[in-house]
Amino acid sequence: MSATEFATHADPMDRRIDPPGGLNVTGWLRWMWRRLISMRTALVLLLLLGLASVPGSLFPQRTSDDFAVGEYFREHPRLAEWLDRFSLFDVYGSVWFSAVYLLLFLSLVGCVFPRVLVHYRTWRAGPPDPPRHRSSDPIVAGDSEVLLTRAEALLRSERWRVRRTGTFVAAEKGYLRETGNEVFHLALLSLLIAVGWGAVTGWHGNVVLREGTGFSNTVSQYDEFTAGRFVNEETLAPFTVTLDSFDVQFDRDPQQAGTPRYFDAQVSVSTAQSQSHEFLSVNNPVTVKDAKIYLLGHGYAPRLRVTDSSGTVVFDDSTVFTQEDSNFTSLGVVKVPDARPQLGFRGLFAPTAAISQERGPFSTFPAPDNPVVFLSAFKGDLGLDAGVPQSVFTLDETHLQQIGLQSLSPGDTWELPEGQRVEFLGFDRWIAVKVAEDSGGPWALLSIVVAVAGMTISLFVRRRRLWVVARPGDGVAVSALQRGPSAAVMDQKALLGDLQGPVKDSIEPQQVKEGRCQ
Amino acid sequence: MIPTQVGSATTVAEFSNSMVYAAMLALVAAMIAFAVAFAVRRSDSVDLRESRRALVAVQASGAAGDAASRALESRPQPPPDTRGRRAGNIGLSLSWLATILLLVAVITRASWAGRVPWGNMYEFSVSSALAILLVYLAVSVRRDLRWLGVFLIPLVLLTLGLATTVLYTETQQLVPALDSYWLVIHVSMAILCGAAFLIAGTTAALYLMARWAQGPVKGPVSQRLSEIGQRLPAPVVLEQFTYRLIAFAFPVWTFAVVAGAIWAESAWGRYWGWDPKETWAFITWVVFASYLHAQSTAGWKGRRAAWLAVIGLATYVFNYFGVNLFFTGLHSYGGV
Repeated sequence: MSATEFATHADPMDRRIDPPGGLNVTGWLRWMWRRLISMRTALVLLLLLGLASVPGSLFPQRTSDDFAVGEYFREHPRLAEWLDRFSLFDVYGSVWFSAVYLLLFLSLVGCVFPRVLVHYRTWRAGPPDPPRHRSSDPIVAGDSEVLLTRAEALLRSERWRVRRTGTFVAAEKGYLRETGNEVFHLALLSLLIAVGWGAVTGWHGNVVLREGTGFSNTVSQYDEFTAGRFVNEETLAPFTVTLDSFDVQFDRDPQQAGTPRYFDAQVSVSTAQSQSHEFLSVNNPVTVKDAKIYLLGHGYAPRLRVTDSSGTVVFDDSTVFTQEDSNFTSLGVVKVPDARPQLGFRGLFAPTAAISQERGPFSTFPAPDNPVVFLSAFKGDLGLDAGVPQSVFTLDETHLQQIGLQSLSPGDTWELPEGQRVEFLGFDRWIAVKVAEDSGGPWALLSIVVAVAGMTISLFVRRRRLWVVARPGDGVAVSALQRGPSAAVMDQKALLGDLQGPVKDSIEPQQVKEGRCQ
Repeated sequence: MIPTQVGSATTVAEFSNSMVYAAMLALVAAMIAFAVAFAVRRSDSVDLRESRRALVAVQASGAAGDAASRALESRPQPPPDTRGRRAGNIGLSLSWLATILLLVAVITRASWAGRVPWGNMYEFSVSSALAILLVYLAVSVRRDLRWLGVFLIPLVLLTLGLATTVLYTETQQLVPALDSYWLVIHVSMAILCGAAFLIAGTTAALYLMARWAQGPVKGPVSQRLSEIGQRLPAPVVLEQFTYRLIAFAFPVWTFAVVAGAIWAESAWGRYWGWDPKETWAFITWVVFASYLHAQSTAGWKGRRAAWLAVIGLATYVFNYFGVNLFFTGLHSYGGV
């Protein structure tokens, strides 16, 4: 093994990678494995990974925006169907994306583990024998024995790893470069496992809470719930959360009117053991057991009371209206199945109402300065008994007949043709919260912190070698070797200076091959 | 164009805006000075080749080496390139002036808005321009980068030009989700990396040009480009410079992405969700990781690696302009 390379041990992977002759199966497997773990393959896979990530940003993804995927299907049905065949709405869970990163990590495993072994052995063995003498190596005249001893002492005092024989001193520094490199790659592996672990053991659900209402942590209570493969949905940590109050403040400065300044929710959290009041806001999740509760959005829920012609209250509740624009023009549907005939309302709620020719009713400011609800009433059959699940945000008009339009301010009452009365009592606020548990999170964070540390070390530590070799006559030759520019030459010059010999011109450091996966 | 408004609150903003314009003026002058410096510049590669030949001569002469090197020293030096030097120094001084003006612009804007000046694309662009200049000048203190000015300053001007025309926004308060100390960490790191990536991408492109200039000349355009290429530092110098910048920026970029992930976890309930911004940050990371790996892969060092650095810069720029303007995602409230 040439001493001009850092590898002091014969490395099977340094051999040229040729496909084996003949039809030897193990030979082919070995060849394929070596191909896979070669640096060039890793590089190509890395670039492929970047390329494979692109389509996920071009097409809506089910994981982040299922609704947009549905829109896409409606707008381009034929194209969408084809895109879907190639998992382009599920890029990051697709077979081909997984194939790229799994191959990349397999290549990484095949590369890094042997490298760790070799690095350990190299470290154990100490600096290698000196390279052949080059005429350019500077020479220090004097008694070689004395000079060698002095060089050894000097190098040791500067924390080089030194090996002394009768004829030379070999010194090496910067093992941490390779250590950092390996730590970085192993930490990435750990990161991948952490993310995978989080995906199969984690869950998250979304739920909307009106002021005064709550939910308990069971699957059925969530509007939307996603869980990993290993999650037992029956045994989610038991707790309940109630929204006590919600406060939001909007900016009234004309330049940025309507920008929310803050929105804060007061929630009560109770578990079997304890009950507590928590403060929930954006960027400020509440932790309950292993789950975290995040505040994602908010809006208005107009409160209506419907009384039938006999004076019986058939509906008295607030209904979540969804935000349509930044001024909280909100839309919603109110269903009153207990009225005879059944009643349904399409509603538009404007916290600060205005009406224009073009837009009809809308809101001009997100705060409730002039709250008005605009209702369109229907009577007939809501279709709730058909057994088909219905969205709370849509009204099935097939068996309904429109019976009137009205705008109501808080306290107003609207008398319908058949004697029912609709009262607009005001509004509650609602918040959208996400509850999530991801046990892989902290582990992933730790992995990436270690990875960054390892990477930084591997990029900034320089590995270099020096040799001081006794000359056949008298004196010693000093040669240097390193990867990358200048440091070793500086070491060499410093050592030469310390040895106080006459200095001839310095040498240019040779490029050193480092690492096995090339 | 920047609208002019009356009122005491806006005078601070107007002052900030006029500082940006003043900086642009200084940069135009700096660009001209750098262009002059570059035009009269002697080719570095010629210098290097000469000195290398001399070195070989010294080494070959063996025992007579000392005599030879003395002879080399006493040899008449080529006339010092005073005109180019002076123009280059003027360029550097003007760049410092522009940097100070931009710094004042950014600080006054921040004090007016009462927050870090990275709330929208205008502010991000101006801060990025400042960061590019700061990185350039910081490196300039230790090594001669006057040759780079003529290529880099137009890019800074382009950034500022886009900022003041297309991207200009009156200052706004931050929406609550942005109101976090993670904004300071995440965005400042991203801006710093952007600056380093831009300079590295530029020097990588120049490396490709310098390598190209070494090849055969194939026509009048090629002739001109080749002449420019010959005025550049030697390819190996450009290559090393690019590598060092990326080696510095890569861990910082990783940190910026991780900081973003931590923030995303507390704001949106997940640390990674393949939002377009996240996806492209990841792509940039992957491309620069490839660049670093290419450095130790046979057949990839040199030209291919340089292309990777250029592509890496392109992904960063796309993530900034493309994703902000064309895609909708959770980052879109960064807005114009």
